[in-house]
Amino acid sequence: MNLVETGALSLLGGILGLDVVSFPQAMLSRPLVAATFTGALMGAPERGLILGATLECFALETLPVGASRYPEWGSSSVVGGALVALPGVKGAGALLLAVIAALSWAWVGGWSMVQLRRLNAVWARRRHEAVARGSRTTVIGLQLYGMTADLARGALMTAVGLTIFVPLMQLALARWSTPELFTRGVLMALAGIVAAGATHKVFHAISGTRWYMVAGLAIGAVLLVVLG
Amino acid sequence: MTPPEAILPLRTRVAILMRMLAIQGAWNYETLVGNGVGFCVEPALRQLPGGVGGEAYRAALARQSQYFNAHPYLASVAVGALARAELEGVEPAKIERFRTAMCGPLGSVGDRLVWAAWLPLCALSALLVFALGAGPLGTVLTFLISYNAGHLALRIWGINVGWQDGLKVAHALGNPVLRHGPVWLARAGTLVAGVALPLVVQRLVGTGRTVQFEVLAAVAVGGVLLTRFHGRVEAWKWSLGMLALLALYSVLR
Repeated sequence: MNLVETGALSLLGGILGLDVVSFPQAMLSRPLVAATFTGALMGAPERGLILGATLECFALETLPVGASRYPEWGSSSVVGGALVALPGVKGAGALLLAVIAALSWAWVGGWSMVQLRRLNAVWARRRHEAVARGSRTTVIGLQLYGMTADLARGALMTAVGLTIFVPLMQLALARWSTPELFTRGVLMALAGIVAAGATHKVFHAISGTRWYMVAGLAIGAVLLVVLG
Repeated sequence: MTPPEAILPLRTRVAILMRMLAIQGAWNYETLVGNGVGFCVEPALRQLPGGVGGEAYRAALARQSQYFNAHPYLASVAVGALARAELEGVEPAKIERFRTAMCGPLGSVGDRLVWAAWLPLCALSALLVFALGAGPLGTVLTFLISYNAGHLALRIWGINVGWQDGLKVAHALGNPVLRHGPVWLARAGTLVAGVALPLVVQRLVGTGRTVQFEVLAAVAVGGVLLTRFHGRVEAWKWSLGMLALLALYSVLR
């Protein structure tokens, strides 16, 4: 991957990282969107989509609630999408490695968001008197500082992620020895288990959802037989 | 003397809506979304006597930029109400009480409606569309269009209802969509999840009926086991560990 490609992907990672919280929170940063878009940008939309759908199964478990620390899916999905769309990269091993890279980088990205929030607090504290005087430039400036820093954070996360994971991926793939079917089976089983558990975790407090799940599974099973 | 009834021109409403998209731009652990509320109300405050930089404008902007906590989408309800209160010259103590009272409800209602219901429902619906054979564009557009239709509708409704009712807007939180929406959406989400999960796994696994069956069986057993923990386990982190072990084994063997 050359510098221009890394730069373009980092900019994309910055924009999608910004979407997670700061602007516009339109969920462009969800893995299903971000990984697919990155794959398409790199000329492999179908591989991006498969990765995006797999990551989305994991992402269902993590909701972006307020002050909690949650994975940052925007820049990490760009890293994953770029890995899976690299020229010459194919197979379940590549998909599994891209998932590992995206999940671990999403976790690190969550940490970077916490640091940014602390930095925002430092800036706000230093300008507290100006805000208390009703300074328009300070109020607007704090928003712009925060968003610019978040954009830079996402871009940096993407650039560092690509620098670390692209060579690691190529090294690991050259030595990959586990059969294709087994690798894919384990990966998709884990994705499915996390998604199933997440559905329960998110919805179980609502009465009657168990029966809706049973009804859904029955329809799903019928479709599986009919369409399969 | 009663101040004249305030008017919020369309241009100002649009400016507020655009700024609402960036309300969390300076989110931090001390004032939370407070500076963002000041940032969003600011276009309306320009109508205060003296205009930008005037005494009333500066006092109002300072008041609105203090600590505030709310769900980012439903914060629009508070922004609309606060804009009206400031333009109508409501006394500062009343505005402070309103801000304090609205923090909790706007946070919990928004979290339940959006993060715990609407977002997972839209994601699961897009996964279902993917499982039924949609390509990259169809899958992504299904998610983005459905999610953002609700997202933008909520923000626009919030600004309008907040402006319309001013500091009496609390009753708007009794809106049927906000009260019963999470229940309906959660039920729909579970139904869609039930339909989608087997089909998603099938498409992701690809060819090989035996492998598909084995993976589906593993998902069923693992999913049931996971539900026994009632959300106390972060399964994605455990999965990451297991995948990393498999990768190490595959490379070092």
